[in-house]
Amino acid sequence: MTALDIERAGRAHRKPDRHVRASVFLGILLVYFMVPFYWIIVNSSKDAKGLFGGGSALWFAEDIDYLGNLTELFTYNGGIYLQWIANSAFYALTGGVGATVLSVLAGYGFAKYRFRGRNFSFALLLGAVMVPLTALVIPTFIMLSGLHLTNTVWAVILPSLLSPFGVYLMTVYTRDAVPDELLDAARVDGAGELRTFVQVALPLLRPAVVTVLLLSIVGTWNNFFLPLAMLQDNRLFPVTVGISQWQSLASANNGGGTSLWSLIIIGSLVSIIPLVIAFLSLQRYWQGGLSLGSLK
Amino acid sequence: MTSSTSTLARRRSTAAARRKHSLTGWLFVAPFGIVFLTFLIAPLGYALYLSLFNKALIGGTKFVLFDNYIKAFTDQSFLDGVWFVIRFAVVLIPVQMIISLVIALVLDSITTRFAKLSRLMIFLPYAIPAVIGAIMWGFLYSKNFGPLGELFGLVGATAPDLLSKQLIFFGLMNVVTWQWAGYYMIILYAALQGIDPSIYEAARIDGANSWQIALRIKIPLVSNALLLILVFALIGTLQFFNEPQVLKFLAAGSIGPDFTPNMYAYQQAFALANFNYGSAISFSLGIVVFIAVYIFLFATRKRGSFLS
Repeated sequence: MTALDIERAGRAHRKPDRHVRASVFLGILLVYFMVPFYWIIVNSSKDAKGLFGGGSALWFAEDIDYLGNLTELFTYNGGIYLQWIANSAFYALTGGVGATVLSVLAGYGFAKYRFRGRNFSFALLLGAVMVPLTALVIPTFIMLSGLHLTNTVWAVILPSLLSPFGVYLMTVYTRDAVPDELLDAARVDGAGELRTFVQVALPLLRPAVVTVLLLSIVGTWNNFFLPLAMLQDNRLFPVTVGISQWQSLASANNGGGTSLWSLIIIGSLVSIIPLVIAFLSLQRYWQGGLSLGSLK
Repeated sequence: MTSSTSTLARRRSTAAARRKHSLTGWLFVAPFGIVFLTFLIAPLGYALYLSLFNKALIGGTKFVLFDNYIKAFTDQSFLDGVWFVIRFAVVLIPVQMIISLVIALVLDSITTRFAKLSRLMIFLPYAIPAVIGAIMWGFLYSKNFGPLGELFGLVGATAPDLLSKQLIFFGLMNVVTWQWAGYYMIILYAALQGIDPSIYEAARIDGANSWQIALRIKIPLVSNALLLILVFALIGTLQFFNEPQVLKFLAAGSIGPDFTPNMYAYQQAFALANFNYGSAISFSLGIVVFIAVYIFLFATRKRGSFLS
């Protein structure tokens, strides 16, 4: 037996014990993190009677009626719920893709060009990362209302394009991932600046691009304060604002609003399904990317 | 002579190339720059401008200089909100960071399939909108729908009402921790995975056990990631809005419209149409957070970290 073998054998002996302890610890945590999901899946099957009838909150009621609840959810008030989901998807895609494009371009500019005012602009950008973006909502609302843009999709999409942290991430990543020599070689070969960027730099930036895209799509999809302030027409609401409006209606007329509660519960469940699927299927991309900001 | 003209020509052409290079740089940054000026600098400036005026039914709009700020900083509602978010940050952030660090260290030490699954599932709440997360936990807390009464009933105890005035602090803390601990854990986990494992081997040969390796090697090496998380958490907590805004419907009476500074600004602007005062609160909040974070980063500054 070599020294390495002995060490290996010793470690193999110690391993199971440590694994069991770690797994029990993780198991307890998993229960905690999964409880809300479990609760909402179980309770989406209930009607008002099942919710308020005094049955167990952690188990199904007598009649399990997902289909009935779903039908009511999608037809209630002329199918407004589907409209909200479509709005959320539209805002998240346009805002998310737009913010990512701007971040990638600006990050490349900051990382690979020496221009006048660059250091000052970058310092300003770093400062902006520290500004709480919700503090901008009220003044932005007043500005946009002067331009008659509030209560339109633009009032949600345009402010969502601002992502100082996205630019910061892209700058840091571009600095390391794209060697200057490669760019110079492309330039010597006669490629223009835009072509150098698209054909040489962009492929190297893919992991960071996917990360920034995911972060900004999730950020826009989950946004609440901005659309809540900007929109009055409920046909323009994203699903977050819509469900919270149902909740305030249901709370306001206890009793008269009971049927809304089962809609709120199944509506919450349906609204998280797209993001859960996106996260589980795209995990390969975001897992590496999220560490970007902390590496530097 | 010829050589000097050619140097001159070359110098001229490099200067021209540099100018062109500089212009291209600006062009790449410009689209973001326009959005930055329009939706960050302009609103901040406009908020400052608005906050210096007062609009009254009688007398119209009047320049009042710092009156709105004096009003804000002597307004009990605003001060209570500020005091709440500060207390909330001081209690929440360390708890959240310790939880996410412990999970990240455990996940870093084992590589089973179950650990991989746990990592994914603990991160999942990050994908859930804050509004939906708050609604789900609000239901779990509630006396009507929630399981707490049942569970505590099993051991013959009365369930704590996490929506009550006394306990809403912890009710909110739980929602935020559930939502964000996984995200912070992923950042820390990725940083831990980036450490060269040969360092651990060296430490083990020197007789260090797993605890010492975690405390003396792993944690110091991810201090940048910890700092980043702290800054995120600080900015997020001081502008607290979504969760209390949603839970206030379920927790009737525990969460007033002035519960946090952001909620108060929202109420002033949109419920009372008091945009000047709302702007003053927004601007104060923005400046206070900015200065707090900046001082914090400056105090903990070291080479290679976020600010440099």
